[in-house]
Amino acid sequence: MISLNGIEKVIKKGNRVVHTLKGITLNIEQGEIFGILGHAGAGKSALIRTINFLDPPSRGSVVIDSCDLSTLSAGEIREARRHIGMIFEHFNLLNTRTVFENVAFPLELLKMPPNKIAAQVRALLNLTGLSDKAEAYPYQLNSEQKQRVAIARALANEPKVLLCEEATHGLDQKAKQSILQLLREINSQLKLTVLLITHEIEVIKSICNRVAVLHDGEIVEQNTVIEWYSKPKTDVSKTFIRVETQSDIPASLGNRLLTDFCENTNLILRLSFSRTAAEESFIALVIQQFPLSVNIIQAHLETFQMHSVGIMIVEMVGERTEVNQAITFLEHKDIHTEVIGYVTRTA
Amino acid sequence: MLHELLNALEETLFMVFSAGLLTWIIGLPIGVLLSVTNTGKILENKLIYKIVHFCIHTMRSLPYIVFMIAIIPFTEFLIGAYEGCIAAIVPLTLAAVPYFAQLSEKALNRIQPGIIEAAKAVGASPFQIIYKVLIPEALPNIIKALTMTFIHLIGYSTIAGTIGAGGLGGLMIYKGYHAFHFDYVLATVVILIALIHIIQFSGNYIANGNISRNSTAP
Repeated sequence: MISLNGIEKVIKKGNRVVHTLKGITLNIEQGEIFGILGHAGAGKSALIRTINFLDPPSRGSVVIDSCDLSTLSAGEIREARRHIGMIFEHFNLLNTRTVFENVAFPLELLKMPPNKIAAQVRALLNLTGLSDKAEAYPYQLNSEQKQRVAIARALANEPKVLLCEEATHGLDQKAKQSILQLLREINSQLKLTVLLITHEIEVIKSICNRVAVLHDGEIVEQNTVIEWYSKPKTDVSKTFIRVETQSDIPASLGNRLLTDFCENTNLILRLSFSRTAAEESFIALVIQQFPLSVNIIQAHLETFQMHSVGIMIVEMVGERTEVNQAITFLEHKDIHTEVIGYVTRTA
Repeated sequence: MLHELLNALEETLFMVFSAGLLTWIIGLPIGVLLSVTNTGKILENKLIYKIVHFCIHTMRSLPYIVFMIAIIPFTEFLIGAYEGCIAAIVPLTLAAVPYFAQLSEKALNRIQPGIIEAAKAVGASPFQIIYKVLIPEALPNIIKALTMTFIHLIGYSTIAGTIGAGGLGGLMIYKGYHAFHFDYVLATVVILIALIHIIQFSGNYIANGNISRNSTAP
């Protein structure tokens, strides 16, 4: 549905040249919710703006619904944008228009007759749960309601794709969940492809099917959310997940943690596993099969969408060779292991 | 005396409101042109921006009395006279247009870029952005700019009065200053103060009707 091929963006700041996007290639399928996760300054906003040519890429092509935007004239791009809805971090509503008039705005541009506009706007306000706010002005709304108006406006042209720029940034927990729920609903009801950028892993976990991690203008990792969450490959992803789940090791242990192996140390391991792997009591199996004891430091279950992933931090007490065998054993059971470090034996 | 004052007031109001109307018609498009052709704006065009900006600045740099006398040939060409309140409309308009255009440009530049971006994202053309987004969103501040322009026009019209435009300025100079009727001076002062207050109040009233909607703009 959306295919980005070698997108590059170069900005000139005075006589300095900044390379904000360095060859981004992504394919987003029809009907999926695809998340791009990245820290501030990774190039997320620049990337999402290249997709509808608000800020065209310096090199590379954007193909949406088999239409290559880079080959279009300015007028044709305006036409193409009608099929690409977009919502923004700061809502960007027209302050002098009511909710109704804001949602009607894209339809007015098409010179649609007023009675048709009214019918369509009412349907959109219904969908976004704003029917009682039609006559309110943006200053009378809270942030969640403003984002709902922005979503209704973005849907007015019946787009095939919805681009979301940090759509839940700055909203409180309840508002955030309610906006994410709405995005999920319109994705399934309207069969709309959703591409969102965010720095919040929570957004990725609650609604995305697939995720790509953007770091310093490059996609460093890309996977289904479950796979990515249970088996992160890059340091950027690992940091995101660790910070979010607070599965960072307790301070008492952290103070003694060594990054390199030494004699007389125990291994600290982070295990992540999906529901199917958790059906076997693998800790018990390890203890039975190897002359080791396993000390559970932290464990919790992460549930997202239809799936759950278990995260566990354990201390492996035993001989080096046996510990290594146990790790191989766990990997065979489809349990992802990651060495966090070593601690000296207390006993 | 009352008859003379009312007559002068009528002339002043005629000059000011005719010039004000023309200023609105000519000045707003110039303000829009300045705003949209500036660097990074929807119709960026450095050449047009620089030329218009230069002209506006040049016209504003002369003191009004000098400007008014300097363009007498132009006024005479346009109206066929260089005295009287109809002729005065020409220099008044020409002086107010650059002032109003600059204030309108500022008002338009204060709109958050994100709002324009959102309009672009739903497929609005530059022209649609101008008349459906920029002008309506900036209207409260443009109305305030127009109010300021009217107050300036009253000031200019009294200066014009001293060289034959009539109105309250003319009455004060000829009756009050040259003929030593100080009561004429006092009466003019009172009328001018009242006039300026009425304009300021109406301007704020109209603008605030719109501004309350803008109150949460960051």
